[in-house]
Amino acid sequence: MSPNHWIILPVVMPAMMAAVMAMAMRHDVVLQRVFSLAATVALIAISAGLFISTLDGTIHTYQLGDWVPPFGIVLVLDRLSAMMLLLTSLLAAGVILYVAGSGWDTRGWHFHALFAFQVMGVNGAFLTGDAFNLFVFFEILLIASYGLMIHAGGGIRLRAGLQYVVMNLAGSTLFLFAMGTLYAVTGTLNMADMALRVRELDPGDQALLRTGAMILLIVFGIKAAAFPLQFWLPGTYSNAPAPVAAFFAIMTKVGAYAILRMYSLVFSPESAAIGTFFLDLLLPAGLLTLFFGAIGVLGAKQLPRLASFSVLASMGTLLIALSIGTQTGLTAALFYLLHSTFAAAALFLVLDLVADSQGPTIRAPGGLVAALFFAAAIAVAGMPPLSGFVGKLLILDASRDAPQMALIWSMILGTSLLVIVGFAMRGSRYFWKPLDPGFANPENLDPDGNPVAAHPIRSLAITASFVPFALLVLLTIAAGPVTAVLSDTAAQLLEPDRYIEAVLGPQSGEH
Amino acid sequence: MEALLAIVIGLQTAGGVYLILRRRTFSVIIGTALLTYSVNLFLFASGRLAIDMPPIYTPGVENYTDPLPQALVLTAIVISFGMTAVAVLIALGAYLESDIDHIDLRRDPNDLDLDPDEIPWEQDPRDPGLEAPKGDFG
Repeated sequence: MSPNHWIILPVVMPAMMAAVMAMAMRHDVVLQRVFSLAATVALIAISAGLFISTLDGTIHTYQLGDWVPPFGIVLVLDRLSAMMLLLTSLLAAGVILYVAGSGWDTRGWHFHALFAFQVMGVNGAFLTGDAFNLFVFFEILLIASYGLMIHAGGGIRLRAGLQYVVMNLAGSTLFLFAMGTLYAVTGTLNMADMALRVRELDPGDQALLRTGAMILLIVFGIKAAAFPLQFWLPGTYSNAPAPVAAFFAIMTKVGAYAILRMYSLVFSPESAAIGTFFLDLLLPAGLLTLFFGAIGVLGAKQLPRLASFSVLASMGTLLIALSIGTQTGLTAALFYLLHSTFAAAALFLVLDLVADSQGPTIRAPGGLVAALFFAAAIAVAGMPPLSGFVGKLLILDASRDAPQMALIWSMILGTSLLVIVGFAMRGSRYFWKPLDPGFANPENLDPDGNPVAAHPIRSLAITASFVPFALLVLLTIAAGPVTAVLSDTAAQLLEPDRYIEAVLGPQSGEH
Repeated sequence: MEALLAIVIGLQTAGGVYLILRRRTFSVIIGTALLTYSVNLFLFASGRLAIDMPPIYTPGVENYTDPLPQALVLTAIVISFGMTAVAVLIALGAYLESDIDHIDLRRDPNDLDLDPDEIPWEQDPRDPGLEAPKGDFG
């Protein structure tokens, strides 16, 4: 059977597009926009095709250089990674359209090339079946995100960017320490092979394995902004350019994906060395992340910080759902993952519209922009009619039989109230009262603290900000079929043997 | 030999951790560089320490050392080199834009939670230093 070369395209295509855009089109921003949009649309088509090919439950693999696993690097396309690819490309399309519409790409250099590299890294992280290759793709998406984070410059943004870089450099170092430990214990880096070795591990090596797995959890916790590793997120997200922050909504999900992949496949609760150790850790981390996010939403003085803390709260909710560990729990977690990505993107894009529509008159924007903010707040807080409500309902339902049900329910419901109050308070103060300059977005202040002239809002930017909203509405209307697909995805995740068999061949379980 | 290498890696890591907890960007970047050096040594040791053994096929040799960690270290060196360069450039840009080379995001110079003894010898009198950008970025 000839290999299915479509699997490598979500990695290769953005990489080539980025190089072409950086080399050949560096002076022509219109050409860059056209290429970038065309590539993203093509990526949606490819991801959708790959997604459909996994719907029957097959797990496709792609052996790079035709090296047989576990010796070569292998890309694995199962239901979860196909879904994440589709999510990434849809989000990227909305963000690229917004960037082209709002002119963010003319405020600095090489936006589209960096963005394509970032998409490449994210897609690669979702596809790879090799632990060290996961590290490499993490670095690719990080180094591109450093460039995007400081896009358009400015002192405060560069300093926030530096914090972000240092935090992630420390994280990368820890990732390598974890890889070294795991390789020393298991003698392999292929995730499927590692899963087999972990199961039949010598009892004397179990402590070392747990150490490596724990360091790895810290690394993914930094990416996912899980308590107590969440401190970098508010400063980074609120100081990043708004469309970049909107796309960063997928970055925290990469951390959540990596946790889900490694701790369902390699360090699964069935193996004697691990047990429920990590699930037990995820629950308090999720509860505390949610709590701090909600408190931050209540206390944030400015809209970008409000949005950043709401991202934190949504990551907390996601981690709680992951920690339930059952099929219904995973289904709820995946649904909430889809929802919170689109909701965070919608919120950040709307905040940029808000910032752009403020002129020198310090007048609060009204009409359409205010209505969009209201809709984004509803989505983020998880109120009906948008999909956040469905997501939280699924999580509450899934945790009904969990031993800590009372804790989970009270925390999710209580923090929902806090988030609603926070958004209502800040929103009504912002949109209904005359503003004082202190509330203005830093984007709109010159170094003396005076508001600068507004960037003209173009209709394309408004249209683009509707993309995540449209996806949220779609997710709400199609909640039934989506949940059915996600339930199958969760079932596949809970049967790691099928993944291992797809990678290593049918006899793999017997050696 | 194992003990010696472990002590070296441990000391180097401790130094790196101490440096990234400092306030100024220069020492933080040196700290991350130290950390990457020590993780490179650590990765090297993860394939067990072996002396005088080739990593690739050589005629007439029976014992080999594990070649994989060497490939990993090579990858890690390249990546950490690039990352350090990016960090230096961003730190330099942040310093030139705002005249502060502190790693924290404090905006209000009156809000010093600094140890008062720490400032005089670190601050150049010609350097406006701790003057924060104006306007409330809270």
